Amino acid sequence: MIDNLVLLDPTPERRRAMRGRTEPPPSLDGVTVGLVDIRKHQGDKVLDRLEALFGERGVEVERLAKPTYTKPAPDDVIDRIAARCDVVVEGLAD
Amino acid sequence: MDLPDDGLVLVLKEDCPTCRLIAPVAADLMRRGDLKAVYSQDDPAFPGGLAVRDDRGLEASFALNAEIVPTLVRREGGREKGRAVGWRRGEWRTLTGLDDLGGDLPDERPGCGSLSAEPGMAEELLARYGDTGLKARRIGVAFPEDPFERMFDRDWTDGLPVVPPTPARVLRMLRGASRPAGDVVGFIPPSGHACTVEKAAINAVMAGCRPEYFPVVLAALDAALETEFAWQGLLSTTMGAGVCIVVNGPVARRIGMNGAFNALGHGNRANSTIARALLLTAMNIGGAKPGGVDRSTLGHPGKRGLCFPEDESDPAWRPLARSRGIPEGVSAVTVFGFCGTGIVNDETARKPEGVTSSIALSLNAINHPRRAGGGMGAMVVVGGEFWRVYREAGWDRAGIEAALHKATERPRSEIRREHVDADGGEAGAGGDTIPKFAPGDLLVVRAGSNAGLFSTIIQGWGSGPKGSQPVTREVKP
Repeated sequence: MIDNLVLLDPTPERRRAMRGRTEPPPSLDGVTVGLVDIRKHQGDKVLDRLEALFGERGVEVERLAKPTYTKPAPDDVIDRIAARCDVVVEGLAD
Repeated sequence: MDLPDDGLVLVLKEDCPTCRLIAPVAADLMRRGDLKAVYSQDDPAFPGGLAVRDDRGLEASFALNAEIVPTLVRREGGREKGRAVGWRRGEWRTLTGLDDLGGDLPDERPGCGSLSAEPGMAEELLARYGDTGLKARRIGVAFPEDPFERMFDRDWTDGLPVVPPTPARVLRMLRGASRPAGDVVGFIPPSGHACTVEKAAINAVMAGCRPEYFPVVLAALDAALETEFAWQGLLSTTMGAGVCIVVNGPVARRIGMNGAFNALGHGNRANSTIARALLLTAMNIGGAKPGGVDRSTLGHPGKRGLCFPEDESDPAWRPLARSRGIPEGVSAVTVFGFCGTGIVNDETARKPEGVTSSIALSLNAINHPRRAGGGMGAMVVVGGEFWRVYREAGWDRAGIEAALHKATERPRSEIRREHVDADGGEAGAGGDTIPKFAPGDLLVVRAGSNAGLFSTIIQGWGSGPKGSQPVTREVKP
């Protein structure tokens, strides 16, 4: 008789709840767009341009920024996004 | 198991001269009806002629907590009322109440070690028959499945085989440190799942750590989980960053770390496995999988983990941890986020200014030769002969650091404006030069053999409050 080997699970044994992607709004009428700068180089230039383009279309824009791209967004930034924005554009790369 | 609740029980093994000596006494006790069970640890046919119970699985030996054989135990109502260990005629007669027991045997003979007390057996038996208190899910691997392949299938590895985390190995790992298994070490990025001491021990077993390394692993986890280290950023960056751990103090020697030949390379178990335990914790608890949240464009071999002790053998050298506030004689780890290593080779160097210049020229290439003004860090590992040059000229850590800061200042005309870190050293610099590194972003340590005019540059990741800052933590027992 050879015993079965028992291994202990090295993982957290739980998964984050997965939510489906929110459907994009049918139009930007009455929508507030959050423009989030994660402080990657030149992200502000892209977001400045987007702000101008949204402005031309009369879309309300909320500018937000993380203090640094190296760390997770602070709670107050996340709270502001949740409270004020309907959709978000985030400048991710250099 | 069927341990008699009342009467005498005896544990012995054939491979024990004293057990063989007292075999006739066992037969005598059985005949008289006092002895309810005889458990043999190795040969169920020993002693011959008796109804012996097979205890090769050591369940009864574990239940009776036998450390020596023979052990004779008197039980009443399921509890122990007394025991005799080895052969001492007087003790046996008292325990059995039989004044004529073993009259033709010598007065006494010491026993032998119980198989249940062999090194490493305690945890095996606790895992098999006792209450381990371990909370992790148990996953069976049925014979003849290969546990190593199963662990690959489950995506539990960093690409190399890992040690199967059996309950006994995890118990032994936990006994290497004093923190309770259920304590939460922290929340491991990038997923943020809680990591208990038990989960850290499981991953340390898999990494190949010995239990005596575990306090170093826990200290490194504590350090890496400090906000200023930005482990989340290191684990997810496209730049490809790993964790470098410098160990200071007596623990390095105690656990047999190597700070001399090939200190930054392979060959030493503690050096090789401690940082790997952090990586496996980040992968298995934090979910930092390449191509998933780990977005490394290229990565580098050191992402598996780099861990080495500083060479503290020269009293003229102030060790890194002491320079960062840890008292003398106290063990500590310093974690440093890094993106690879490179050698500085200057076999013509004879003066400290020349050594400094050689290291500085190599440091200037970090990230980009035309980038300066802070925002990046580096650790310079000064090799034995470079240190000899410095020491003979009376230089110390502070002098070397200051000289390297000065020697890495760059002509402003050579630096690209977009490569100057906005929050780095430029603001107060002025003049015609820009410092390559902001204050505090250059660490200098000592390691390596005494032969060879080399040093190694460990290239940092983003530094300062916006990036990853080195963190030093005491190693607690």
